[in-house]
Amino acid sequence: MENKDIWVLAEQRNGKIMNVAYEILGAARRLADKKKCEVCAVLVGDKVRDLSDSLIHHGADKVYVVESPLVKDYTTDAYTNILEQVIKNFKPEVFLYGATTIGRDLAPRVASRVHTGLTADCTGLDIDEDGLLLQTRPAFGGNLMATIKCPDYRPQMSTVRPGVMEKLAPDAKRKGEVIDFDAKLDDKDLRTQVVKMVKAAKQVVNLEEAQVIVSGGRGLKTPDGFELIKQLADELGGVVGASRAAVDSGWISSDHQVGQTGKTVRPELYVACGISGAIQHLAGMSGSRTIVAINKDPNAAIFKVADYAIVGDLYKVIPVLIEQIKSEKEENSAS
Amino acid sequence: MDFSFTKQQEMVRKVVSEFAKNEVEPGADDRDLTGEFPEDIVRKMAGLGMMGIPYPKEYGGAGGDYISYILAVEELSKVCASTGVILSAHTSLCCYPISKWGTEEQKKKYLVPLAKGEKLGAFGLTEPNAGTDAATQQTVATLEGDHYVLNGSKIFITNGGKADVYVIFAMTDKSKGNHGISAFIVEKDFKGFSIGKIEDKMGINASSTAELVFEDCIVPKENLLGDEGRGFAMAMETLDGGRVGIAAQALGIAEAALDETTKYAKERQQFGRPIGKFQGIKWYVADMATRVQEAKMLVYRAAWKKQVGKMKSTDAAYAKLCASETAMYVTTKAVQIFGGYGYIKDYPVERYMRDAKITEIYEGTSEVQKMVISGSLL
Amino acid sequence: MNIVVLIKQVPDTNEVRIDPKTKTLIRKGVPSIINPEDKNAVEQALTLKQKYGGEVNVVTMGPPQADVALREALAMGADKGFLITDRFFGGADTYATAKTLSTTIKTVFPDFDLVLCGRQAIDGDTAQVGPQTAEQLGVPQVTYAKEVEVSGNKLTVTREVEDGYEVIELTTPALLTVVKDANQPRYPSISGIFDAYEVDVKKITNDDLKLVREELGLKGSPTKVVATTTPDTQRKGEVFTGNPKECCGNLIDRLNQRHLI
Repeated sequence: MENKDIWVLAEQRNGKIMNVAYEILGAARRLADKKKCEVCAVLVGDKVRDLSDSLIHHGADKVYVVESPLVKDYTTDAYTNILEQVIKNFKPEVFLYGATTIGRDLAPRVASRVHTGLTADCTGLDIDEDGLLLQTRPAFGGNLMATIKCPDYRPQMSTVRPGVMEKLAPDAKRKGEVIDFDAKLDDKDLRTQVVKMVKAAKQVVNLEEAQVIVSGGRGLKTPDGFELIKQLADELGGVVGASRAAVDSGWISSDHQVGQTGKTVRPELYVACGISGAIQHLAGMSGSRTIVAINKDPNAAIFKVADYAIVGDLYKVIPVLIEQIKSEKEENSAS
Repeated sequence: MDFSFTKQQEMVRKVVSEFAKNEVEPGADDRDLTGEFPEDIVRKMAGLGMMGIPYPKEYGGAGGDYISYILAVEELSKVCASTGVILSAHTSLCCYPISKWGTEEQKKKYLVPLAKGEKLGAFGLTEPNAGTDAATQQTVATLEGDHYVLNGSKIFITNGGKADVYVIFAMTDKSKGNHGISAFIVEKDFKGFSIGKIEDKMGINASSTAELVFEDCIVPKENLLGDEGRGFAMAMETLDGGRVGIAAQALGIAEAALDETTKYAKERQQFGRPIGKFQGIKWYVADMATRVQEAKMLVYRAAWKKQVGKMKSTDAAYAKLCASETAMYVTTKAVQIFGGYGYIKDYPVERYMRDAKITEIYEGTSEVQKMVISGSLL
Repeated sequence: MNIVVLIKQVPDTNEVRIDPKTKTLIRKGVPSIINPEDKNAVEQALTLKQKYGGEVNVVTMGPPQADVALREALAMGADKGFLITDRFFGGADTYATAKTLSTTIKTVFPDFDLVLCGRQAIDGDTAQVGPQTAEQLGVPQVTYAKEVEVSGNKLTVTREVEDGYEVIELTTPALLTVVKDANQPRYPSISGIFDAYEVDVKKITNDDLKLVREELGLKGSPTKVVATTTPDTQRKGEVFTGNPKECCGNLIDRLNQRHLI
């Protein structure tokens, strides 16, 4: 029996499908359309069958459901054993996982179990002229993009970075099959036991480790401006930074200071609001991967280092930006 | 000629450099402003065996080699010249004479805790009237039965006020001139020993520089270090080693200033381009870099010679003279290249320049080094 | 406890820059370091040894210069170092690497209690070698391990997840991948550095492992790298003017393209 179809693990936690599962379904759909084959989702859990419909609405042609009280919560052994059986039985051509703490724990285990290739944290997936999966991913701390193929082993597997692939707009009229898969599961085979699960508020991230920083400067004109900065930072999942001028004016404490006499930061995204871009400030943030500047003055030095800039009054621009980001996020997670 | 370091020396440099960057650098600017002695850092250094690098394990040392110790001073000085001299004065000026001339009892009692870093050491030779003319010692030590009584004062003593153990020089026989000076091991709690003025300095502000006062200070007879009358020769030999340490400190300061300058010259733009593209700046940087290479060669050669027992006073003099003048040159040029930004405390180069100056003065001024060098030739 | 720590020598990718002219990585002058999370793994092993006794063996697979990484781990306090090096191992992907590592562990440390490694290497960034090695060793794993308690042969591990943590129980032998939040790795002491060079680091080649060529290196790697590129680092310099709604719309569009929202 030949390998066929694009398969995904429809990761669920506590009876809710993870957003990344919808994203990889979208990617799988695009790959399947290119290869003219089907998208199959594997749904594992306890009493989760009802979630199948939403998987079909988001692009799955078939949903294979594996239900057992033994897999109410994720364990490496249970999921590995199940996927091993699924893979041996159905011989997928491609198998995708979200690069979550589950996906990155499970996928390599499965790859070794069935002896196949695995590419981690992909940000791009495509099909090449020979019908092979082309997997693109960052390496060297993001300084390099590598394209990987798995020519001789099956399934071709990838874990996919959350927040990158576009999921399909859910189509309630989409039809698909829901099939129960009876995986052999014995609790003697489960060598780890989860005894406690604790939801903990994310610890305050320090500036130097933050992936997103939104900074305020003299252009805020008043300390209250930092409330707006904080709102924007929260929407973007980042932390608040400040220029030296803002700190010296007493508007915010010095541990938020970015610059020559403050901290040096290299986040993925740095948003400089009301900051002119003095050389001392640039010294602290010019290594950021993407720099956005919002400033009233079109000649501000910060514009020379920005990727994207908005010329305007930050008190008018930022509230609009916050609203638009909110609706963008709602669209992204709607199911 | 093999100019490479051993793998152990390379790893010492790497580890001390990481330690310097993570533990010493963050507070260096603040300590420069407040003059706060880096107690916490010295404690961490002690925990890692950095306070006794070249001394054998049986005497509490790390069992490392002399070059590794010099590399440690260099790396620490790149981020904080004060921390560099704290280590250098302790290791070269206090631990060394006890390890070389101490009795077994003295080594057990003093060298072990010093090398372990449990105690901090210092060296007291300089007096208000005896700087370059070090032999005119006015501090006297009179033998009275089972102890000496010391009277006099010392000034500008590095680690003074923070040290637990001091190697002090005093006149035991005025009639013999140079050959009437003896060395003593003095503990901070000895009766009659007190700390006088703590100096407010131009640079190396986190290093404690103090006046030592001896008023009928009682020093037990067994704390005479070496033989009576041998003190001056011991001081001179000790200072030879200390000079290599200071040369390493100066080298570190110069390297830091050069590094900051090249970074700045690539970033700072005037007239539409980085200032590093202008030939004037290129030539300054080339001059600074060449001077740093010169200093490196002389410092590492002196260190190697000391390690294999071949070092002469002139080797130490060449290294100290060259490295200290290089540090002054490179840091001054660095401030100039930074322009206005070099003069303000936002950038570290003004501190480097203020720190560099003392290297031309202490442990034998540049003029003293020239006396040593010319003395060997003329 | 018989603990084996797997470490990797990597270029310090935090210092790697892209040459804007040639668009290639500037690797010159970039120092080689122990992969940061592997250092956390070494620290974890040393802490467990201090608490429960035993031996910490450090293993690395790499070219001869990876010896320096082993020496640093020995200087931190590890007991013995093993360098797996053979030109046949070169070009290995994570599967083949795991094959070589697991075979080494089975051959040299058949009675191990615990294998520790960093969660992820900062050059490959895959986080795959740990779990693949665990599978090939046939032992249970806990990834993203932050804390470990030992009681006899029972391990209680705190595992970091996206929105909190889990507490997991398992028995040895097992493999854990350690995260950066687990601890603050100690500096090697000066005497540790000199002592590290007094011991012999044992070399392990394929003569010891006896793997067939097809399982090794590039040949034994199911995945193949077909191309590498450097991302464009030129600042875009796009300026949006006009009404805030439009400007923000444009900005969000650009940020979405970069997957930043």
